[in-house]
Amino acid sequence: MKRLPEISMFEMRFHGRGGQGAVLASKILAKALAEEGRHVKAIPSFGFERRGAPVTAYLRFSDNPIRQTTNIYNPNCVVCLDPTLPQSVDIFERIQSGGIWIQSTKKSVDRLAFPGEVTTIGLCDAFGIALKIFGRTIVNSTMLGAFSRTTGLVTLDSLYNAMATVAFRDAALEKNILACKTGYEQCRVIHNGEGTLDEKTG
Amino acid sequence: MPKKLVCDGNEAAAWGVVLSRPDMVAVYPITPQSSLAEYISQFVADGILKADLMDVEGEHSVLSVLQGAALAGARTFTASCGQGLAFMFEPYFRTPPLRLPIVMSLVTRDGISPQCVWGGQQDAMTVRETGWIHMYCETAQEILDTTIMAYKIAEHRDVMLPVNVNHDGNYLSYGVEQIELPDQADVDEFLGEKNVNWHVALDPERPMGVDPLTGGAGGIGPSLFVRYRKGLCEGMQNALAVIEDIHRQWGERFGRFYAPLVESYRMEDAEYAIVTIGSMSGAGKDAVDAARNAGEPVGLLKIKTFRPFPLEAIKAALSHVKAIGVVDRSVSFGWNCGPVFQELLSALFYLRIHIPAVSFIGGLAGADITVDHFERVIRTTADIMNTDEPLETIWLNEAD
Repeated sequence: MKRLPEISMFEMRFHGRGGQGAVLASKILAKALAEEGRHVKAIPSFGFERRGAPVTAYLRFSDNPIRQTTNIYNPNCVVCLDPTLPQSVDIFERIQSGGIWIQSTKKSVDRLAFPGEVTTIGLCDAFGIALKIFGRTIVNSTMLGAFSRTTGLVTLDSLYNAMATVAFRDAALEKNILACKTGYEQCRVIHNGEGTLDEKTG
Repeated sequence: MPKKLVCDGNEAAAWGVVLSRPDMVAVYPITPQSSLAEYISQFVADGILKADLMDVEGEHSVLSVLQGAALAGARTFTASCGQGLAFMFEPYFRTPPLRLPIVMSLVTRDGISPQCVWGGQQDAMTVRETGWIHMYCETAQEILDTTIMAYKIAEHRDVMLPVNVNHDGNYLSYGVEQIELPDQADVDEFLGEKNVNWHVALDPERPMGVDPLTGGAGGIGPSLFVRYRKGLCEGMQNALAVIEDIHRQWGERFGRFYAPLVESYRMEDAEYAIVTIGSMSGAGKDAVDAARNAGEPVGLLKIKTFRPFPLEAIKAALSHVKAIGVVDRSVSFGWNCGPVFQELLSALFYLRIHIPAVSFIGGLAGADITVDHFERVIRTTADIMNTDEPLETIWLNEAD
């Protein structure tokens, strides 16, 4: 297995809309990270469930046991599953400096607004990928591939295994693995250092 | 080999039910318990849980059906909360004096109105005086383990009482963690041979009256009624030692030791203490560690068993501290403070411990109680050590 960096505490926040699979994404990633030996705690923030409404989910992981069973307020990483959500929700609220932002979008980075705290960006046209594979904008598997590519904190194999254990089987599993793999491959990772943007397409 | 699973607290509870092998389950969905009801139904449909699943039209029928099943000698399970529990109240109150060892997950939820669907402990605290045993869990693993232990406690001959295994709506019901699933054979051995309701059972060969009209002001009525009430109180008091013993047995067999009644965290040399209950306790412990690193002599007392009230355990834990701050996730409307705080005041007076105490109320209707909130709780409790004035209740999320 690929050697992963040591983590004392990594806190992330998923933003999405009801129906896109943000809560399930946090659960699949939690399973994958647990398989890799991390301690995990994922907490979804539920309102009245309905399609299209903003949804938030939180995930902590660490090499040590996690006691806090609370939401996350100062994330190291924000994953946004919906291209238009940043217009109505402050997805960057209290993101830590040195933060990682993974965004579902087909736009290039120079057309996007983000705060100076963000230093690593992963952009992925998850809607395009999901529409081709599922015919619908269920983007969670694709965005997990983008997360893996951007951060290197979880392997694709662990994500595939987690999908098989937690969420999908048969044809649906095949499609979600393909979506995850495509998300990984097509994610554009950008390092925002010293005022220059260096965009590399996968 | 124990299996590892990444799941939420509701699924953990459902696995605890599977491993306890009940004969009959009846559930009616209510947020945030609904997914627990769904897991139970799924497990029955998949043949993982070999129990009769009763489909009934509401919570009042759920518990009434289970009363009949328990009287016929079945091991039973249900889960509810909030408005569902409110609708269940009539059979709920009837269950303890009938001495039926029914186990119920209470996925705690705040009260309506205003309309809300989120966690809070108002439902559980509102029914604290009904004769059910109430144990509050902190993690998904503890939910699973306590659900199994609950059967052994409920069915113990010195207890014979229903048990609520409580876990916080939202933070525990939907919170996902990795848990270990014990082997069925180990759980079977731990629980021993099923022998439920040896004292009264519906048996066509042996017809008998159950729950006849009892009481009134004449004949043996008053004394018989007192006998029922005293018997129930005695069962509750017996439960304290049984809960401790069964938690010890669990730890020895499965390697996971939980504080059965109250957990003392960094209390040995503490000069003042904060008191917590349920899932908030993890953030409380992290805040205590941070305060300790800054030289503050603070400890944390977590209440797991709230009914029966663990008076002696609280005495042992609090007899040397100079102040306490108690964090509640519900409201005592009659006392303008939290219910756990109100009961600790009674305990302190009963134990002749005269120290300042302050009530904090937080986490209502799904609100969060964070490490930052606990920093405030610790700071405030430190400040009251030398006061004689009665202290006003502090609402933690008022300015969030």
